[in-house]
Amino acid sequence: MDLIYSIYRVLSDKIYFSFIKENRFMYLVDGWVISIQVTVLAALLGIIIGLVVAIVKISGKSPFAQVADWYVSIIRGTPVVVQLTIIYYVILADVSLPRTIVATIAFGINSGAYVAEIIRAGILAVDKGQTEAGRSLGLSEAKTMRYIIIPQAIKNILPALGNEFIILLKETSVSGYIALDDLTKGATLIRSVTYESFTPLITVAYIYFIMTAMLSAGLSKFERRLRASD
Amino acid sequence: MIKVIDLHKYFGDLEVLKGINNEINKGEVVCIIGPSGSGKSTFLRCLNLLEVPTKGEILINGVSIIGSIKNPKKLNELRKNIGMVFQQFNLFPHMTAIENITLAPMKVLKMGKEQAESKALELLDKVGLTDKAYEYPSRLSGGQKQRVAIARTMAMNPDIMLFDEPTSSLDPEMVGEVLEVIKTLALEGMTMVIVTHEMGFAREVSDRILFMDEGIIYEEGKPSEIFNNPQRPRTREFLSKVL
Ligand SMILES: Nc1ncnc2c1ncn2[C@@H]1O[C@H](COP(=O)(O)OP(=O)(O)OP(=O)(O)O)[C@@H](O)[C@H]1O
Ligand SMILES: [Mg+2]
Repeated sequence: MDLIYSIYRVLSDKIYFSFIKENRFMYLVDGWVISIQVTVLAALLGIIIGLVVAIVKISGKSPFAQVADWYVSIIRGTPVVVQLTIIYYVILADVSLPRTIVATIAFGINSGAYVAEIIRAGILAVDKGQTEAGRSLGLSEAKTMRYIIIPQAIKNILPALGNEFIILLKETSVSGYIALDDLTKGATLIRSVTYESFTPLITVAYIYFIMTAMLSAGLSKFERRLRASD
Repeated sequence: MIKVIDLHKYFGDLEVLKGINNEINKGEVVCIIGPSGSGKSTFLRCLNLLEVPTKGEILINGVSIIGSIKNPKKLNELRKNIGMVFQQFNLFPHMTAIENITLAPMKVLKMGKEQAESKALELLDKVGLTDKAYEYPSRLSGGQKQRVAIARTMAMNPDIMLFDEPTSSLDPEMVGEVLEVIKTLALEGMTMVIVTHEMGFAREVSDRILFMDEGIIYEEGKPSEIFNNPQRPRTREFLSKVL
């Protein structure tokens, strides 16, 4: 009994000290809002970039296709923290933009490369016979894409995009490298005033886990519905 | 109606068609037979330019079609007059049977929805599938899928129909129902080129048989000539194996 009581005392002291005192939990709340903002906006930007890049790569042979190839290789071949810091400290060094925007741009550019590959793979996975059937009926390339290929590719693409979104949410946790006060940085800020690491770090991990678990659950439900419509 | 002059096709270094010459007349039913890998599919797919010939000419109603390859408008125009039925059916799995049939008339011929649907129902009736109009392909048997695919092709009112082994991926008990539909088309005077391994069917339905071997038309003639009295050794050898 004594042991349990003393654990309880220690934990409640720690929680009080880390979160309640001086409203320190607001570091996490504010950070959470920023993490969500960056993730959602970067995901939208990533989808736009990814769509354009995928179309350029699939239609092939234009000079843009080479650029698109480089873009995808470079982004996938370098760590996201390095990309983020290069964009903040090198490319946009002389431009005064809010850090949230810079992070959104960096993560959007990063995500775009992965989204492009997801879309491209989803389209290529549709059987070649579908294109041949469409074209042999006299449908143009664009109409074949629109009415025949894309509707089938979407079923491959959407679940993978959901995964990419979950990965993106976790990756934004390096935003602290450009001094953006996201959720992870919130824990660091609390630690720097309390010199206590356990409670804020475990709590932040828990928050990420809850968010990704909920997204994953939503995603599998959605996938099941997609499959049911086959 | 179709005139093929010295048609060659390479895949990389591999010469698959080695100079094909032939002429197919309006209303004629031509069956192509021959061993696997002899270039039957490649030849057929050259006729609607799904494969791009390396050399040679294809004239349709006297007009060369080779030039259309680089002109998307002409290419689509050409293809809407040449229907094709595939071994693997290639129905659009996300559309019902009737949607499969109405798509091209609505999007290519700009036909109104009601008109396209009533035409589709007519065609489904013709292939004996009125009751399956609103089913998705995944709920149809192989034979039913192929009949929908034939109806889909006919919906464009093509001048010519190409068939690439239309019954080869069907269970034996479904072959008959598909061949019946093709026979009906033959009786109605549709110009057709059919690659097939169904020798009985080829004999019955065709006006002319082309026997292909190693990239050329090795022998051709009336079905009675080819099947009863083949003139050349490899034709004889092939027929003795398959008959
Ligand atoms: N896209 C392609 N790329 C490379 N080679 C090909 C391609 N399509 C066909 N070939 C080759 O061309 C040759 C002829 O193929 P084709 O499909 O025309 O034969 P086929 O007479 O239709 O045979 P089957 O009766 O097996 O269908 C084969 O050797 C095949 O491997
Ligand atoms: Mg073949």
